Amino acid sequence: MAHGPAKGITRWFFTTNHKDIGTMYLWFSFAMFLLGGSFALVIRMELFQPGLQIVEPNFFNQMTTMHGLIMVFGAVMPAFVGLANWMIPMMIGAPDMALPRMNNWSFWILPFAFALLVSTFFMEGGAPNFGWTFYAPLSTTYAPDTVTFFIFGVHIMGASSIMGAINIVATILNLRAPGMTLMKMPLFVWTWLITAYLLIAVMPVLAGVVTMMLMDIHFGTSFFDAAGGGDPVLFQHVFWFFGHPEVYIMILPAFGIVSAIIPTFARKPLFGYSSMVYATASIAFLSFIVWAHHMFTVGMPLFGELVFMYATMLIAIPTGVKVFNWVTTMWQGAMTFETPMLFSIAFVILFTIGGFSGLMLAIAPVDFQYHDTYFVVAHFHYVLVPGAIFSITAAVYYWLPKWSGKMYDESLGQVHFWLAFIGLNVTFFPMHFSGLAGMPRRIPDYNPLWADWNMISSIGAFLFGAAQILFLYIVIRTIVSGKKATDRVWEGSHGLEWTVPSPAPYHTFTTPPPKEDMQSY
Amino acid sequence: MLITCKRSLALLFATSLMLLPAIGFADGWQLNMTEGVTSISKEVYGLHMTVFYLCCVIGVFVFGAMFISMFLHRKSRGVTASNFHESITLELLWTIVPAVILIVIAIPSTTLLKKVYDTDEAEIDILVTGHQWKWQYEYLGEDVSFFSILSTPASQINNEEEKGEHYLLEVDKPLVIPVDTKVRFLVTAGDVIHSWWVPDLAVKRDAIPGYTNAAWTRVEVEGVYRGQCAELCGKDHGFMPIEVHVVSKAKYAEWIGAKKAEVVAIAEASKKVLELDELMATGEEVYNKNCAACHQADGKGLPPAFPAIAGSAIAMGELSGHLNRVINGGKGMPPFGEQLTPVEAAAVITFQRNSFGNNMGQLVQPIDVVTFKQGQ
Amino acid sequence: MDLKHEEYYVPAQSKFPLFASITLFMTVFGLGNWLNEIKSGSEGSGMTLFIFGLILFCFVLFQWFSTVVDENIRGMNSVQLKRSYVWGMGWFIFSEVMFFAAFFGALFYIRQIALPELSLEDTSNILWGGFQEQWPLMTTPDQALRGAAATVTGPGQNMSFPGWNLEELVKWLPLWNTTVLLASSVTVHIAHTALLNDNKKKFNWFLGITVVMGIFFLFLQAEEYIHAYHVGLQIDSGVYGTTFFLLTGFHGLHVTLGTFMLLVQWLRSVTKGHFTHKDCYGFEASSWYWHFVDVVWLGLFIFVYILG
Ligand code: HEA
Ligand code: HEA
Ligand code: HEC
Ligand code: CUA
Ligand SMILES: [Cu+2]
Repeated sequence: MAHGPAKGITRWFFTTNHKDIGTMYLWFSFAMFLLGGSFALVIRMELFQPGLQIVEPNFFNQMTTMHGLIMVFGAVMPAFVGLANWMIPMMIGAPDMALPRMNNWSFWILPFAFALLVSTFFMEGGAPNFGWTFYAPLSTTYAPDTVTFFIFGVHIMGASSIMGAINIVATILNLRAPGMTLMKMPLFVWTWLITAYLLIAVMPVLAGVVTMMLMDIHFGTSFFDAAGGGDPVLFQHVFWFFGHPEVYIMILPAFGIVSAIIPTFARKPLFGYSSMVYATASIAFLSFIVWAHHMFTVGMPLFGELVFMYATMLIAIPTGVKVFNWVTTMWQGAMTFETPMLFSIAFVILFTIGGFSGLMLAIAPVDFQYHDTYFVVAHFHYVLVPGAIFSITAAVYYWLPKWSGKMYDESLGQVHFWLAFIGLNVTFFPMHFSGLAGMPRRIPDYNPLWADWNMISSIGAFLFGAAQILFLYIVIRTIVSGKKATDRVWEGSHGLEWTVPSPAPYHTFTTPPPKEDMQSY
Repeated sequence: MLITCKRSLALLFATSLMLLPAIGFADGWQLNMTEGVTSISKEVYGLHMTVFYLCCVIGVFVFGAMFISMFLHRKSRGVTASNFHESITLELLWTIVPAVILIVIAIPSTTLLKKVYDTDEAEIDILVTGHQWKWQYEYLGEDVSFFSILSTPASQINNEEEKGEHYLLEVDKPLVIPVDTKVRFLVTAGDVIHSWWVPDLAVKRDAIPGYTNAAWTRVEVEGVYRGQCAELCGKDHGFMPIEVHVVSKAKYAEWIGAKKAEVVAIAEASKKVLELDELMATGEEVYNKNCAACHQADGKGLPPAFPAIAGSAIAMGELSGHLNRVINGGKGMPPFGEQLTPVEAAAVITFQRNSFGNNMGQLVQPIDVVTFKQGQ
Repeated sequence: MDLKHEEYYVPAQSKFPLFASITLFMTVFGLGNWLNEIKSGSEGSGMTLFIFGLILFCFVLFQWFSTVVDENIRGMNSVQLKRSYVWGMGWFIFSEVMFFAAFFGALFYIRQIALPELSLEDTSNILWGGFQEQWPLMTTPDQALRGAAATVTGPGQNMSFPGWNLEELVKWLPLWNTTVLLASSVTVHIAHTALLNDNKKKFNWFLGITVVMGIFFLFLQAEEYIHAYHVGLQIDSGVYGTTFFLLTGFHGLHVTLGTFMLLVQWLRSVTKGHFTHKDCYGFEASSWYWHFVDVVWLGLFIFVYILG
């Protein structure tokens, strides 16, 4: 138990250590982010001008689909699991994750799942080209044969997520150090606990829906075929029953991260800790009863539309509580603006903008005009890129000194922030306009009416991409030659993870930490 | 301090209010949703703007507070942090106020949605069917039915020619409806899901294969309105536009009459015997318009999804097989029996059998097509 | 109170996770290729890879579980770790519940929403030749439209509740299935109580009986399927066949797994003398799983058969 890491590559292959596994998750996620991002760059290049430039329409659809799939399942989700692996045991004073071997299995399934998915590019028929939402029957009867591999890829990736989530629940409920009561847990732990429940509840439903597809494709069933009494819309209901909680899976841990960072740099306790917990739980609960807001145009009965519209609007309330709590945490603090704080503040502002457009989308009669246009694309990139991605970036800056024992270069961090901030807004803000002006999503070519906005978006995308390369450089430089970091790292930091040395020893908390170190902050 | 804070808030508020109309009405670089030409579309626009303004107001408060805080409560100004971290009053306040705002939004939304759903008492019924990648319009009870296909030439798409004003938003045969008339659309699809969307009418309805969805409009202004398919439906999802011509009632009656006459004319034409060069010329035209999307202009197709015509066993085999494939379609190929007139079908089959290196030297006459159809 | 600190067992490096991932990959990659080969009628090595991968995968899992059992016997597992296993199994079963929920949801949607919509005036008259909803769906919309030329046809006969007719009911297999499965839930419970009273002999007997009943259930289910295919109810018999086979089929797979799990526990108990009233996680986990499978069957019996 007391030994350090094994030597050589087998350290990573066979490890059971939560820090090793967290590290692998994070690097894997970053690699996927670059891959998904380069697909986005292909999309942006093609859309730089009207007319077909560099790719065939079918390949364009493959790019869009794989961009969405890889970003969602390959970049954002694994990054959060990686952070959970690193931080949750340290935050609750546990020696490791509850089920360490299964933990490593959860990770190692992922590279294979994505190898399976990406390998379809090189097969006859090409990669999935039916959108990340893979609506039937485009993804069944009319899909390339490679869809079979897509389905199995989703299956095993889902298994990985479920195991990861079970592990997190078991860790949080069972491995808290004595004295670490539920209401003393850092919010990151809380948000992850709730996220893990969401995962366990909806990943099996995703597995179910791809299984139905598999059956329709290979065994002649009629789930999504009206000729046999099935319904293509059934697919959408099942998919979005998974899909909507899924988008909150991608944002709740982000809320937790920001709730850790803002108090640190405002040097003031988090405002409304318990309301934050309740708000998170309410969001999670509501997320199960709003799914059909993605389907306002499929022709649901009036009553259904109204119910889903009201439920969706309700989510603004608990989310608002969170936003107001963050703002009030900053109020009358003594703020400094290190890189993690900058990313967190940008998170609050830009996520709120994304939330506003979400609320507009929730208004069913108006969604008839927004649906499947770039307005939706703008909405979800505002909640995902400055939401999920910025929070992950902030987390990396915030905890990297604890992980590596080295401090990143603050001025480079600031440059990264401003590049990313500007690049992101230049890329995604104009999409609101092109969308409102009527540009549909998922098209490789368009009327010159929208040319100006698209050109700006494309330029922004490359700027944002460049910022990510800088990020990679900063992280590597820190690990290789950063200055030594202190144990506390930040002046205002609170919580168990800051009581251990930097870098955190390979095994932390083999004996429980003293109770005095635990208080909610 | 409180005063500074109030003043900056007011300032922020005022400036943003001044900016907003500019955002709403700028021209050139179109920024905003169209107001459209129906009462529904105008109400939709109004609701869109209401919610937008409400969000702006909330935004001004939230972001305003943040910026003030970032400015005033920074360590570099030598402040010390206070320690408050709870207030039931505040929590209640910012639960209730947004709830009230939401109710204010929900009421007009509900009324408007009810109107959108009121498809009763339409004067004209049109069955709109989405196919990969074209729209079919059938005037129910009128015996008028036709397909509507993108008319932008490939040369514009491939950047070999200047793009027209209605690039990718123009079709060969537009939908024609009369002004000031309640028209009901029954939307469905023949293969995958499509979505029929015309922004100016604020109508967007998914076309679900095997199901019908009703939508309606009553256009108040004559004119040409354009839209696009709004649900990913495969390769050419971006290339199946919608063009609606709204004309006076008199013109509409005239048009419908002409359309009906066309049916008779087509039946007449099908009886004629045509020469090879006639067939080949028409055939090439039909091919480029209807078939080249999948089988490509050079007849090489896009295997494995879309087989080549050049050297195809069917195009070089029994005529009945070829007729069957074109008229009834196949796996992944739409049936063309309804879409092509017998003359066009005969022409394109003749063309396929005698081009791309295929040399059957065989003429297919419209009457062959008619006989084949009758034999089914 | 001061809890005595017990060391949490963090296993040393392990090869299982990586090997399990590799073999899982081989399995699904093989299966994918195999299915595509069947579909396109081409020759390939998909099936070989699939079988090979599956065997290896099972082997890795077997080794893995053996190790876990072994560690427990050597006393390396603290009370806390055992609790982790309990949480793990509990939430795993919950995830299985959600998997079935998707299929039950689909059944509900088809019956309550899809079929009624297909019979709405416009849809039915314009698209489906006057199709009218019925359940079980014996005449598909395709048949309503194209008659004998239809490619998607309904079943020749359905498996639903035959009505309160004693003669028919006795011959109605699902009723027997239900009886067997419910009874097996009781026997596994009796086995559990016996174990808690450290009556190992009774435990072995009742666990054994449960396993036999599980196998008998599977046998009956196979009979039911054979019968179904004889009377023209197949997996491609419209949406009735679809939901019938998918729901009962996935349930059957879970019964197979559950029976196997119980069998392993039985073998452990009989051949190695494992399990005491204090230490019987393996058995308990399997029995929870068994109860879960039982509850799913009840749902099936009600929604697929009785209300069918
Ligand atoms: C991280 C991911 C994430 C998050 C957090 C959200 C958050 C929200 N989303 Fe979004 N959404 C997506 C990811 C996300 N979404 C994705 C990926 C899609 C597209 C999928 C696809 O089709 O490919 C999508 C699509 C989507 C649609 C479908 C659009 C369409 O296709 O037609 C709708 C419609 O209702 C919607 C609504 C909302 C709402 C109401 C919220 C709310 O949770 C937002 C709540 C937040 C606020 C409102 C701001 C803060 C609140 C206050 C300051 C309080 C006061 C405010 C008011 C009273 C207004 N989203
Ligand atoms: C978390 C999720 C996430 C993230 C982070 C992003 C990030 C980005 N997205 Fe993404 N996007 C989605 C989720 C996400 N997206 C989803 C779900 C869809 C819907 C898909 C669908 O319709 O089915 C979508 C769709 C989508 C579209 C619409 C496509 C269409 O409708 O056809 C566009 C168009 O511009 C776009 C652009 C971008 C851009 C420019 C970024 C940028 O932020 C990316 C920036 C990153 C980089 C640019 C990486 C840097 C890499 C390099 C510079 C290259 C170096 C390469 C190597 C070393 C290998 N996205
Ligand atoms: C939406 C795409 C699409 C369009 C448009 C299309 N086809 Fe096809 N075509 C296909 C597909 C897919 C097949 C393969 C069908 C099969 O194997 O069942 C095919 C097969 C064929 C074949 C048989 C080729 C072979 O060797 O298998 C012929 C002939 C043909 N099409 C003619 C036409 C004609 C004539 C038109 C236009 C009037 C046309 N197609 C338009 C998709 C299309
Ligand atoms: Cu038709 Cu998109
Ligand atoms: Cu949603």
